[in-house]
Amino acid sequence: MRPLSNIFSKEVRELLTPATVLPIVVLAILFGSLGGIMGDVGGEASKPPIIGIIQQDDSELANYTAMILDSESDVVYKSTDIANIDEGLKAVSSAGGTALLVIPQGFGDDIQSNRSGTIRVYWIMKGTGMLDTISSASLDGLLGVTDKMLSMYILENEDMRASVNVTTALNPTIKNETTTFKGQTLEGISPSSISATLSSQNMVVPLIVLMVIIMSGSTVIASMGLEKENKTLETLLTMPVKRSHIVIGKLGGAAVVGLLMAFIYMLGMSSYLNSLQGSAGLNLSDYGIGLETLDFVLVGLSLFLAVVAGLGLCLVIGVFARDYKSAQSLTMPITFLAMIPMFVLMMKDFATLPGAVQAGLFAIPFTHPMMAMNNLMFGDYTLVVAGIVYEAIFASAMMAVAVILFKKDILVTGRKKKREGKEVRTWPRRR
Amino acid sequence: MVKDLTKSFGTFQAVKGVTFSVEEGEVFGLIGPNGAGKTTTMRMLSTLLQVTSGTATIFGKDLVTETDEIRKIISYLPEEAGAYKNLTGRRYLEFIARFFCNGEDVEKMVDYGISLSNLADRIDDKVETYSKGMTRRLLVSRALMFKPRLAILDELTSGLDVISAQHVRRTVRDTTKDGTTIIVSSHNMLEVELICDRLALIADGRVVEMGSPAELKDKYDADNIEEVFVKAVSP
Repeated sequence: MRPLSNIFSKEVRELLTPATVLPIVVLAILFGSLGGIMGDVGGEASKPPIIGIIQQDDSELANYTAMILDSESDVVYKSTDIANIDEGLKAVSSAGGTALLVIPQGFGDDIQSNRSGTIRVYWIMKGTGMLDTISSASLDGLLGVTDKMLSMYILENEDMRASVNVTTALNPTIKNETTTFKGQTLEGISPSSISATLSSQNMVVPLIVLMVIIMSGSTVIASMGLEKENKTLETLLTMPVKRSHIVIGKLGGAAVVGLLMAFIYMLGMSSYLNSLQGSAGLNLSDYGIGLETLDFVLVGLSLFLAVVAGLGLCLVIGVFARDYKSAQSLTMPITFLAMIPMFVLMMKDFATLPGAVQAGLFAIPFTHPMMAMNNLMFGDYTLVVAGIVYEAIFASAMMAVAVILFKKDILVTGRKKKREGKEVRTWPRRR
Repeated sequence: MVKDLTKSFGTFQAVKGVTFSVEEGEVFGLIGPNGAGKTTTMRMLSTLLQVTSGTATIFGKDLVTETDEIRKIISYLPEEAGAYKNLTGRRYLEFIARFFCNGEDVEKMVDYGISLSNLADRIDDKVETYSKGMTRRLLVSRALMFKPRLAILDELTSGLDVISAQHVRRTVRDTTKDGTTIIVSSHNMLEVELICDRLALIADGRVVEMGSPAELKDKYDADNIEEVFVKAVSP
């Protein structure tokens, strides 16, 4: 059994390295965090929605509607004066609430005149992530239940049943929705519709970032591994060319190839995305939400800097690749680094995340182009510009580090490991 | 001119104060066993490794402060060098030539490189299809085709068969006629006797002896350089 155990232990030693273990640990932490977020969402969904009610109408049906809403939700603001909408929105917003509901004058009369009674819903949208709209979905459900209970109330009441026709009795209420988000008021649209439309329309940029980083990033790291494995690096380093030019040449080549690959990939994805936009059925520009020329320039700049920053990071990591095999395992952390903001931002808006998570995401350069479009659509330039500045600093720092490493012995001699006081090199040392 | 050159990796000192000078147009050999410090010395001279202490000037240019200038006039051929496998031999030579010249000069340099390599029609095949000897010949021609003022060649004929080794040695020797100075390392002490004008014997990171093959054999009353080396390093 000794030869078998010998081979077994050699294989385990080769495969169980920090480069292979770390990505799995990061992935486990990521899933653990996502699990925590999902758990919080489950808890939030089961809580009664926080709302405010302005009840102008004092009819029997209006009182019954208000009673249902009151009993099934956490009402933080009540009024009978329609002039208090702004005050009500402020109160609900500061309580972390979802919406201000208005039961207007004539609500009951409309139903009894065979016209559906209107409930005006002033949504307070917190973020564009899927999980940010959980509370509005919860209230949406409650409004549906209210409609059904009101329907039963009408059908069980003989006087009303006689005066209200069946169509109105079965659908006694309709919603008139207005959404407030980042200082903008959007009439006739709900947070769920906005979130669904944004996530489908703005999926392009995160996908481009992810594809370019995966494709070009692995190319850059692998090229370093191949240069070492094929013993071409030493020759390249003795050519009459500045180290900075080697770095820029490698990054530029990888970026062009990556962008080309991403473009080809996106050609296929575009029909899929168009179908998603079609099914969402909303054109946000009709509501005054859209991008102007400057916005597209900022998104493009953010995307470009993220790619340069990412490739710079890959080149720095690539310096530590011993050969092609080890280079492949080093691409995994970069891939995860691009996937983390994509998944987190899909679930939650940056603004609604805890401070520590925000800081972590901000530090990842790939985050910024992924959220740039959403922020620019709602006129939030501060975060986008701050992101671009950070990306520029990060990209410059990575390129500077890469140039410095290209001037150091480590590129030729490999990493040093101290073991029991002796110096051991992990890349072939020759004298 | 190399004076008191040292190189340390942490606490380990690979080169412990090497001093020698090379005349223009000569073939100078660094010989010694594996681990003697030959490759580290050559890597420092070719600007790959930073110098720990000591000085070196190559045609008047300082090794530490004028690395960019030095790279324009030197050529380094590592022992285990390779070429880009997905390129043909011709494309590889073109890639290297473009670091030194432009336009029609590239073509001229490549043609000269092809003639040095003696690869004939195989020059248009991909490098991945080459034998070890063919790859080495391509690399030697790459190192010499732009007529560097100083060519630093590490273990020149390592792993080559007799015919290929002879071709490579002849190519190197002929190059000096154009004025190129050569520093060549080898642990094959009989080979260096064939091509070197002068030698430095290195052991444990130090130069222990220096001179022409004839002078050294005469001094140690030896039949060949291998015998000289054994006598020189013996206590």
